[in-house]
Amino acid sequence: MPKNLKLKVALWSVGILVALYLLLPTLGGRMPSWWNTFMVSDRIRLGLDLLGGMHLVLEVDVDKAVEAQVERMSQELRRKMQDQKIRAMRPEAEAGGLIKVTLLAKSDQAKFEDLVQRGYPDFSLEQPKDLPDGKMLFTMKLTKQATSHIRDMAAAQALEKIRNRVDLVGVGEPDIVPQEGGRILVQLPDIKDPQRAKAIIGKTAQLTFKLVDDSVDPKSVTKATMPAGSELNYLYHRDRASGRVTKDPIVLRSRVLMTGDTITDARVRMDSQYNEPYVTVSFDARGASQFAQLTTANVKKRLAIILDDKVQSAPVIQEPITGGEARITGDFTMEEARDLAVVLRSGALPAPVRILEERTVGPSLGMDSIKQGITSMVVGLALVVLFMLIYYRWSGLLADAALFLNLLFILAIMAVLGSMESIRATLTLPGIAGIILTIGMAVDANVLIFERVREELRLGKTPAAALDAGYSKAILTILDANVTTLIAALVLLQFGTGPIRGFAVTLSLGLASSMLTAITFTRVVFDVVLTRFRVKQISI
Amino acid sequence: MELIKPGINLDFVGKRKLAFAASGFLILLTIVSLFLQGGPNYGIDFAGGIVVQLKFKAPTDAAAIKKALAPLGMADALVQRFGREGNEFLVRVERSDRNLDGLGDSIGQTLKKTYQDGFEVRRVEMVGPKVGKDLRKKALLAIFFSILLIAVYISGRFEAKWGLAALMAGVLAGATLLVQAFLAGTTGSEDTGIVALIVTALVVTLGACWLLKLRYALGAIVALIHDVTITVGVFSLLDKEVTLAIVAAILTIIGYSLNDTIIVYDRIRENLKKAGRKSLDVVINESVNQTLSRTILTSGTTLIVLICLWILGGGVIEDFAFAMMVGVVVGTYSSVYVASPFILLLPEGRPILKRATAPALAKPANPRPRLQAAESPDAEQPEPATAAKASAAKKRSRGKRGGRKRK
Repeated sequence: MPKNLKLKVALWSVGILVALYLLLPTLGGRMPSWWNTFMVSDRIRLGLDLLGGMHLVLEVDVDKAVEAQVERMSQELRRKMQDQKIRAMRPEAEAGGLIKVTLLAKSDQAKFEDLVQRGYPDFSLEQPKDLPDGKMLFTMKLTKQATSHIRDMAAAQALEKIRNRVDLVGVGEPDIVPQEGGRILVQLPDIKDPQRAKAIIGKTAQLTFKLVDDSVDPKSVTKATMPAGSELNYLYHRDRASGRVTKDPIVLRSRVLMTGDTITDARVRMDSQYNEPYVTVSFDARGASQFAQLTTANVKKRLAIILDDKVQSAPVIQEPITGGEARITGDFTMEEARDLAVVLRSGALPAPVRILEERTVGPSLGMDSIKQGITSMVVGLALVVLFMLIYYRWSGLLADAALFLNLLFILAIMAVLGSMESIRATLTLPGIAGIILTIGMAVDANVLIFERVREELRLGKTPAAALDAGYSKAILTILDANVTTLIAALVLLQFGTGPIRGFAVTLSLGLASSMLTAITFTRVVFDVVLTRFRVKQISI
Repeated sequence: MELIKPGINLDFVGKRKLAFAASGFLILLTIVSLFLQGGPNYGIDFAGGIVVQLKFKAPTDAAAIKKALAPLGMADALVQRFGREGNEFLVRVERSDRNLDGLGDSIGQTLKKTYQDGFEVRRVEMVGPKVGKDLRKKALLAIFFSILLIAVYISGRFEAKWGLAALMAGVLAGATLLVQAFLAGTTGSEDTGIVALIVTALVVTLGACWLLKLRYALGAIVALIHDVTITVGVFSLLDKEVTLAIVAAILTIIGYSLNDTIIVYDRIRENLKKAGRKSLDVVINESVNQTLSRTILTSGTTLIVLICLWILGGGVIEDFAFAMMVGVVVGTYSSVYVASPFILLLPEGRPILKRATAPALAKPANPRPRLQAAESPDAEQPEPATAAKASAAKKRSRGKRGGRKRK
C-alpha cells in the first residue's frame, strides 16, 4: 500500500476513536468518579425544549432604579444641609434625575454650592432662579455618566440578587446570563413549579417601615381630608379557610422610617399560639440601632410593615426593640413564608424587573420531543441508507458508512462544545432537525462523486482512473455547493436565538463533516479496496 | 440501478415559456395572497403575544375550551387543534395591549375550574412587544446579510471576477448606507427600515449583475427570489404561521436552492468550453440533462428525510419541515426550468434557436465565440414579457458588436 494511504487510514482510525471517546459520557451510564478525570467532554447538553424547563428574559426597570437612587440622595442631602445649618425647604426629587432645592436665605448660597460640589459630584448645578422673599431655587441634575452608571449597577445588582435567589431555591444547573440593554436571561432546566420560580425571581421584595397615622379614620378619609404627609394604603388579609383576600384601608405617614437594606438574615418560624408560619428578619448593627431608635421613639404607636407597597401587617410597638430582629406576619402558607425568607435573604432588587419573554416547556413535552426527534432520525436514516444501498450497491454501502461517521462526528463535537464553559452548546429539537437535514444533504456529495465516476467508467476508463477523474472533477463542485448552505447556516448562527441557533450549529457541523467524509474518507476506503483486494470492477 | 438513463435528453429549454408562465402565475398568486391577507401570518415570535399548548385527557373541542376561558375575557384569543394526535390544543393571544405577564398561569388556573386535573399545560411561550421587535429585527438582518454575502459569493465564484465581486460589494454597501441615511431622517418603524434595506440590496444586486454582465449571478439570484417568494406565498395561501423556525427554513432554502443552480451552471460552463459549434440553448439543455440524475437524487434524498420530519417530527418541526419541502421542490424546479433557460434571455445569450437547425456550413468561420449576440435577421422574437429587456439588450449589443470579446 502506498505510504500516503497508510497514513490516511491511520488518521481516520484515530479520528473515529477520538469521536467515540468523546461520546462515551453520553452513551455510558453511571461511571466511577475516577473515570471523569479522563473524560474531556461531558454528556451532550440538551436544550430546554428537550429537557423541559423555563426560559425567561427579564428587564430591570433601570429608570426606577435611577429614581430610587435620586430619592435616597435627596434625603441624604437634607440631613447634610441640616448639619451645616443651611436653611432650606426639604429637597424634592423629581423625574429625570433632578433634585430641586429652595434656599430660604440668599446668604447660604455659597455654602450650598460648596456642599454640592464637594459632596455630590454626580450632579451638575444649574443656574439658580431667584424667587420672591429672598429665596433661591436650585436645580441639581444627575449627569449622563452618573445615570448610566446607576443603570449598569442596577442591572448588575439585580443579576446578583436573582442568582442568589435561584441558588437558594436550589434548581439544578441554572443559567443566569446578562444580556445587552440591562436584560437578564434566566434558564432553569427541569423545573417542577415554574410559577413559584417566577414569583421568587420577579419579586422586588422592597421592605419598608412606616408609621400608621391613627389621627384619621381610614374608612372615611378622602383626598381632600387627607392630612399632609400621609397616604392611603391597604392592609391585606387572607382568610385561612376560604383563601379569599380582603383589604382594609389604612392611613400611613408617608415618610419611610427604615428599609430592608440592612437585613442580614430571614428565617421561617412557627407561631405556637396560632400555628401560623411567620418570618423573622435580622438586621445588621446599623440596622439594629436604626430599628431600636425608631421603636423607642414610637412606643405604643402602630408600625406598618410594607412589602412592595402592600401593607403586610401593622402591629403595635409594645416596647423598644433593641435585639435587631423584626417579625413579619401576614397569613402566609408555609411555602409563602419560605419563599419570602428566600427573597428577603437575597435582598431587595434595586428596581422592579419585568418579564419580557418566557418560554416554558413541560417535562412531558420534552420527553415526547426527544422521542419524536429520534424516531424521525432513525426512520430517515434507514430510508436513505436503504436507498443508497439499492442505487449504488457496494459504493452505496460506503456512502452509508460515511453517513454514520457524520453522525458520530456531529454528536462528538456537540459533546465537546457543550462542555466548554464559554460556548455551552445545546442540542435542541431544531438541532435534531438540522442533523436529519444533513443526512439528506450529505448524500449529495457522494452522489456527485459517484455519478461522475459512473460517467468516467462509461467512457471506458479503468476503475482507478475513473475514481481519480471522478473525485477531482467533483471536489470543486462539492465545495461550491455546500458553501452557500454554509453561508446561510453561519448567518443563522449569528442572528439566531435559542433553538434556532442549535439548528444552525448542527447544520454547519453536518455540512462540514459530510464534505470531509465524502471527499477523504470514501476515497481512502476505495483506495484500500483497490490496492489491497485488487478489485477489477467497482460496484457503483 | 439508474433512475435516469445516461443518454436522456428532455427538452427543458424548449418548454421554458411554459415554465416562465407557470412561475409567473405562482408569483402573482403569492403577491395577491399577501396583499389580501395584509402580509404574512406572523407568529408570536414577531407579533408578540402568548401561546399555550394544552393536552387534554378526554376529547374536547375548541369551542368548549374557549367557553372555559370566558372568565378571563379573552375574546381575542384563538383556540385551535394542534398536532396529529387530536387532544392537543393551542390557545393563542396575539399582540394585545393587555399585560401578558402571568397570563399563561391565569389560563392554566382558569381551565382548572372546568377541567380540574384533566389537562396538562405542555408549553407556554410569551413574547413581549420589546422582544418581538428584537426578533423581527434579527430575522430581517439575517435575511439581509445572507443576501449580501451570497450575492458577493456568487459574483465572485461564477464569473471568477473577484474584482467585480468586490466592486459589487462596495456598491451594495454604499447603496445600503445611503438608504439608511435617508431613512434615518424620516420617521417610520425600524422594520420598514430594514425591509427597505433588503429591497435595496436585491435591487442593487440585480442591477449590478445586469450592468456588469454577470449573467450566471443574475440567473441564480432571480431563481432565489423566485423560490423564496413562492415558499412565502404557499404559507400565505394556507394561512400558516411564520415563526422564527420558518425564517430559518427560508434561509436554509436560500442556501440549498443555490446548490442545484451552481451544479447546473458549473456543468454549463464546462460544456461551453468544449461545445464547438453548438448553440447556447443546446448546451444548456445538455447540461441540465446531464446533471438531472444528480439533481433528482439529491432533492429526492433530502425530500425523504423532510417527509420523515414532517410526519414524525411533532408540532413545531412539522411546519418547519413543510416549509423546507416546498422550498426544495420549488428550488429544484427553478434550477431546471428557470435559472438555466434564464441565461438565454440575457444580452449575449439571446435566443438563437435557428442556429441549431442551420449547420456549420451556413455560417462562416467565426473567430469570436458563437455566444456573442449577432444581429441575425432571423433571430427569434423574444417573449412579450421580456420584450422591453430584449430590446434594451438589442440596443446594447448593437453598440457592442464591434467591441470586446465576451467569455
